[in-house]
Amino acid sequence: MDDPEHVFDDRTPGVEEREPAASYLSYTVGLGLAILTTIASFVVSQTNLLWEPGIPVGLIVLAFAQIGIHLVFFLHLGSGPDSTNNILALAFGVLIVFLIITGSVWIIANLQSNMTPMSMR
Amino acid sequence: MTVAVVDSDSTEAPTALARGRGGGGPASKRIVVAYGFWIFILSDMVMFSALFAAYAVLSRNTAGGPTGAQLFNLHNVFIETICLLLSSFTCGLGALSAERRQPTLFLLFAACTFALGVAFLSIECTEFAGMVAKGAGPSRSAFLSAFFTLVATHGVHVTSGLIALVYLTAQVMAFGLRPAVLRRLLCWSLFWHALDIVWVGVFTLVYLMGDYH
Repeated sequence: MDDPEHVFDDRTPGVEEREPAASYLSYTVGLGLAILTTIASFVVSQTNLLWEPGIPVGLIVLAFAQIGIHLVFFLHLGSGPDSTNNILALAFGVLIVFLIITGSVWIIANLQSNMTPMSMR
Repeated sequence: MTVAVVDSDSTEAPTALARGRGGGGPASKRIVVAYGFWIFILSDMVMFSALFAAYAVLSRNTAGGPTGAQLFNLHNVFIETICLLLSSFTCGLGALSAERRQPTLFLLFAACTFALGVAFLSIECTEFAGMVAKGAGPSRSAFLSAFFTLVATHGVHVTSGLIALVYLTAQVMAFGLRPAVLRRLLCWSLFWHALDIVWVGVFTLVYLMGDYH
């Protein structure tokens, strides 16, 4: 905000406001990184590259990395002041998604461990 | 769009604020439309999260039926993933050429996106038909009910995305790349990228975690 002449404008997800050549580059870089993380996920799941109990964690980390790549390179969500509204909405969505998934898994795992075993019924 | 922070004691000139946040009048229609569509996409993600949660909870309840490791063919899943990823890429390039008023290039990329989407769907339908033929349909076990609900909901989204793409391409050919059509295309490309993000969750949680070494 040093330059008083610059008018900040709200930005919309999916649109990049830079040089046209940079946009093609951005999509291509995004595609390359996304393919790399996809291949890494399949390799990790099918080989013994990772310590076996750590494989699910590795897969989750790779999935989050790939989602981040999609958001930045395909949906062009940035950290600039112009993206504030989009990022705030996304943060709220991520919060709800997190609550639903971890909440369900947590509650049902708890119920499961408190069930009478089949042999005692 | 007066969502973001406006400090009333701020001494900054109004020009330092974004439009829609007190500087230079309301945000343009295109920004407002895409923001509204972004909210819709996030609500769609919330719906998918419920299906993901159901799958995560039920994935081990196979009721003596086949497990994921016995049913899934990761070779096909990898091809599906690459198809959807490439279609997201061509969709982005198509949106870019539409922005730059290059209709021929746009039609080319739209055709690629459509073809890759159809390839994805046909692999998925073949997989479903094979599973049902093996007696592993949605009514076999809680695991399979959750699997078919989650994966087929994504498939239905892809199908409706393809129908919308045909409809939008017809609009581009009939009306040209005028602002209203461009706004619809922008929303459509957001939808398509979002479906690819959901698919990342599907192939990680359902296929890879269901069938790792």
